[in-house]
Amino acid sequence: MADAQAFPAAADPAARAAVPALRVRGLGKRVDLPSGPLTILDGVGFDIARGEVVAVVGASGSGKSTLLSLLAGLDVPSSGSVELDGEPVSGLGEDGRARVRGAKVGFVFQNFQLLPSLTALENVMLPLELRGDADVEAPARAMLAKVGLGERLHHYPRQLSGGEQQRVALARAFVTGPSLLFADEPTGNLDTRTGQAIIELLFAMNADAGTTLVLVTHDHHLASRCHRTLRLDGGRLVADGRG
Amino acid sequence: MRTLTLAWRQLRRDLAAGDIRILFAALVLAVVAVTSVGFVTDRAARALAMEANRLLGGDALVRSDAPVAGPIDEAANDPALRRTRTVELDSMIRVGNGADAQLRLGDLRALDAGFPLRGAFRIVGRDGVERDAATIPAPGTLWLSRAGADALGARIGDRVGIGSREFELAALVVQEPDASIDYFNVAPKAFLNLADLPSTGLVQEGSRLRYRLVVAGDAAAVERFTAVARDNLGRGQRIETIGDARPEVRSALDRGGRFLGLAALVSVVLAAVAVAMAARRHSERHLSGAAVMRCLGAQQRTLVGIHVGELLLLGLAACTLGVAIAFALQWSVAGWLAQALKVEIPPAGIWPALRGYGVGLVVLLAFGAPPVLALRRVPALRVLRRDLDGSEPSAWAVALAGMGGLAALLWWQAGSATLAVAMLAGIALTLAALALIAWLLILVVRRLRARLRGALRYGLANVSRRAGASIAQVSALGLGLMALLLLTFVRTDLLDRWQLALGQDAPNRFIINVQSDQVDPVREFIAARGVAEPVLFPMVRARLVERNGEPVRGEDYVGRTGDEQEDRQSQRRAEREFNLSMADALRDDNKVTAGRFWTGPPAAPELSVEEGFAQGLGWKIGDRIAFDIAGQSFEAPITSLRSVEWESFQPNFFVLASPGALDGYPASHITAVQVPAGDARFTAELVQAFPNLSVIDIDAVLAQVRATADQVSTVVQVVFWFSLLAGVLVLLAAVSASQDERLLEGGVMRALGGSRGQLRMAQVSEFAAIGLLAGLVATVAASVLSGVVATRVFDLPWRQDWMLAAVGCAIGVAVTLAAGLFATRRVLDAPPSATLRELQG
Repeated sequence: MADAQAFPAAADPAARAAVPALRVRGLGKRVDLPSGPLTILDGVGFDIARGEVVAVVGASGSGKSTLLSLLAGLDVPSSGSVELDGEPVSGLGEDGRARVRGAKVGFVFQNFQLLPSLTALENVMLPLELRGDADVEAPARAMLAKVGLGERLHHYPRQLSGGEQQRVALARAFVTGPSLLFADEPTGNLDTRTGQAIIELLFAMNADAGTTLVLVTHDHHLASRCHRTLRLDGGRLVADGRG
Repeated sequence: MRTLTLAWRQLRRDLAAGDIRILFAALVLAVVAVTSVGFVTDRAARALAMEANRLLGGDALVRSDAPVAGPIDEAANDPALRRTRTVELDSMIRVGNGADAQLRLGDLRALDAGFPLRGAFRIVGRDGVERDAATIPAPGTLWLSRAGADALGARIGDRVGIGSREFELAALVVQEPDASIDYFNVAPKAFLNLADLPSTGLVQEGSRLRYRLVVAGDAAAVERFTAVARDNLGRGQRIETIGDARPEVRSALDRGGRFLGLAALVSVVLAAVAVAMAARRHSERHLSGAAVMRCLGAQQRTLVGIHVGELLLLGLAACTLGVAIAFALQWSVAGWLAQALKVEIPPAGIWPALRGYGVGLVVLLAFGAPPVLALRRVPALRVLRRDLDGSEPSAWAVALAGMGGLAALLWWQAGSATLAVAMLAGIALTLAALALIAWLLILVVRRLRARLRGALRYGLANVSRRAGASIAQVSALGLGLMALLLLTFVRTDLLDRWQLALGQDAPNRFIINVQSDQVDPVREFIAARGVAEPVLFPMVRARLVERNGEPVRGEDYVGRTGDEQEDRQSQRRAEREFNLSMADALRDDNKVTAGRFWTGPPAAPELSVEEGFAQGLGWKIGDRIAFDIAGQSFEAPITSLRSVEWESFQPNFFVLASPGALDGYPASHITAVQVPAGDARFTAELVQAFPNLSVIDIDAVLAQVRATADQVSTVVQVVFWFSLLAGVLVLLAAVSASQDERLLEGGVMRALGGSRGQLRMAQVSEFAAIGLLAGLVATVAASVLSGVVATRVFDLPWRQDWMLAAVGCAIGVAVTLAAGLFATRRVLDAPPSATLRELQG
């Protein structure tokens, strides 16, 4: 089981500070359809510094989710490269990318994506266990207490409200101490008030942990609270503005 | 027509998408199971019908336990008829002399000139050429069945000893004109000239001879003869014509076919569960499509037409494939059977194929149609609101349709409503018991998983989360496994233990046909061999004549109890001769259940009767029973009833008379001895000293019982392998129903850093757990059932066989792992980004 030491670029603090959290160069994604090739992303490039909070916005079909998949190493690009903490991920195989994700990346999904067969505590312990950590229960309990669910450790996802499920998802995302956190429409399935509370919690935990946050959203108000906004249109990066 | 085209298009799309392949496979399996059994039993029945023409060696025959005389004998003298006769008896057949002599108990047939009147013996003579025999064996010579000669190591020209006489082996019989389909009889057969029979010394007091009078001629003369014969049949006589030959084989075949058919229906029930699960999943997948069609103006009728049309097309295709596979299967089985039995087996008829279609379509309509029909109720609004489904079929409707369909199938197969209901209740209860054990085990798994980590915990958590599906999978797999465990390990284990238990103190040789003047010499001979001095029981052949002064007739027992088999047996007992004996006291294997057994010779003769025998004939304590013994009359009252442990392998008798009661009547004697395993020459030397004796080797009989059990269970096992396969299909259907969730969760685990190996480990732990549970459930059930059989039937102590548990669990795990990992391979291979994008919306 790999851990952070498997990635030497991250071991030296001085070198680490000089390397951006994400470096993207000429990123493209093309799929072959019966009607011919379709370009989803084309020549996208940017750097994201450590601790930066970045919103990715754009209309439906602009390539936001594809970009997120490529940045997180969930998918491989057709062209270009992605470096996570100075570590090129585009060239790695599926298991290599899984190791990088386990070591450096946290996720928050629109649909929470908690495993229904596991309790809240077990869901939060899971990424630590997959990474091979020895001590998994104490950090998971602490993280759930931090999101206000210290009393609901043994509840199953179906026994929790949408807001509570997303809190568990936040605890799961932060428990591994990721250097990068990806959030895909984290409030998309919540009512406005609950969504607002989740965003506050996300920002607070992010600030606390000093994590780099990349957030895909339709919500302009949410985007405006980020340090920087990347706008996509037709698979191209059309704007890169600081808020 | 337009609807059918739409249905066809949808079927092609669904098959390509893999959606309904499990439904298709389950239907094919159900049809294969029922149809292959149907084909094989149909062909066996046809073979029997064909054989019947060759069975008699003539156009009609009268079997009798005494020479046929009187009006029947006179009727056979009709100038338009040819007649002949045979006499059969059991006898030792000996080849060689001294230390090298080979001995077997065999069937001896003495043939009169002219036999057979129809057909011919196929023999191999001195020249090694196979041909039809023109005559019967010449005086002083003998023929042996080829298998019998092989067993005895005899060659043409050898001297073969029968009783006190020796014959020259002149030919080997390859095929008898009147060989019945006697699958399991491997005793050697010897054929000699009837004129030679007296010189063998085998025809003595109390010898059990079977006589046949055979006639052939033009149809009218045969008709006249059978009419006379039917009117004049005496005690122990039976007439057979081509139409009614071998009713016992026919009824055994009928029962066997029915049993196999019902065993096949276990697979059908499990396949039906898989069909129901797959149809539900299929209907769920089509919810959105159906809602869109409703939105676009499709009427309910159109939706029903498309979906039911699709099902019917699928059903017809599955039935056709199933029938084709069954046909291929039975072709090879029948080929093997024909070769093994050396009989010609005619091709199968169309009925089993039609029945296969019937079963397939009933299963499809009863289990597959309700969820699919529910699609017509999908509200168009679901296009906007995905939480509306409205497609849930009424659970009662599904259960009613399913149970109704199953009950109809069982009724059809069992041929009786009572048996069908009993069978349905039996399967339902077994499944319920298995489900209960599975549920308890799943509770254990739920507790256990807290002690595990990561992927392993996730795998086990899946087992307890989808508890309903897990119970269905475990029970279905467990049922198939249980049947197989019972048929293989438990059967051999029980027979081994039974044989071992018998071997300890049971006799291993029965010596029969001992004449009165041989009783002391035989006893001395045996004692001189160091074998415990035996008790010789007289056997007096008697025929039942009257009960309490009323004549007893066989036909009085037809339909007496309603149990056809029992009544037929009582009828035979009332008509035929059977053995009476005498005893001073009862051994431990006999217990008096009513009345009082005599102590010392009573003043007047008394009878003690085995209770089952008395019950079958309707006898009670105090009844006076009269017998005819070789023309003399013997009458006595019943003073006690006994229960008998027949499995003690000691000589036992249905009717015992008090000491001295049978003195003066013609008798032969029987005894049973335990010959030490090392004394291989006992039988040979005994028969050499007393050529008329017959020795039955119990070890050989047990080996025959074993071989028969092996053959029968091989056939039954094949049928139950179908059940295990059906259990696998239930597993596949359950996995398929949860495929979307599994893909999504696999994607999430990948996103959280899970490697392919870790995902694989989660799957392995889940399916290994289900397999282990199925194995445990099967083992527990098989152990309980075998315990009941061991204690009730074999009178052996219950014993837990850990090997059984190990094998059950190993098979369960191996089968489930292979099927489960195959079914979930997409979870490993699907790129996480694509899965998450596709399924989270």
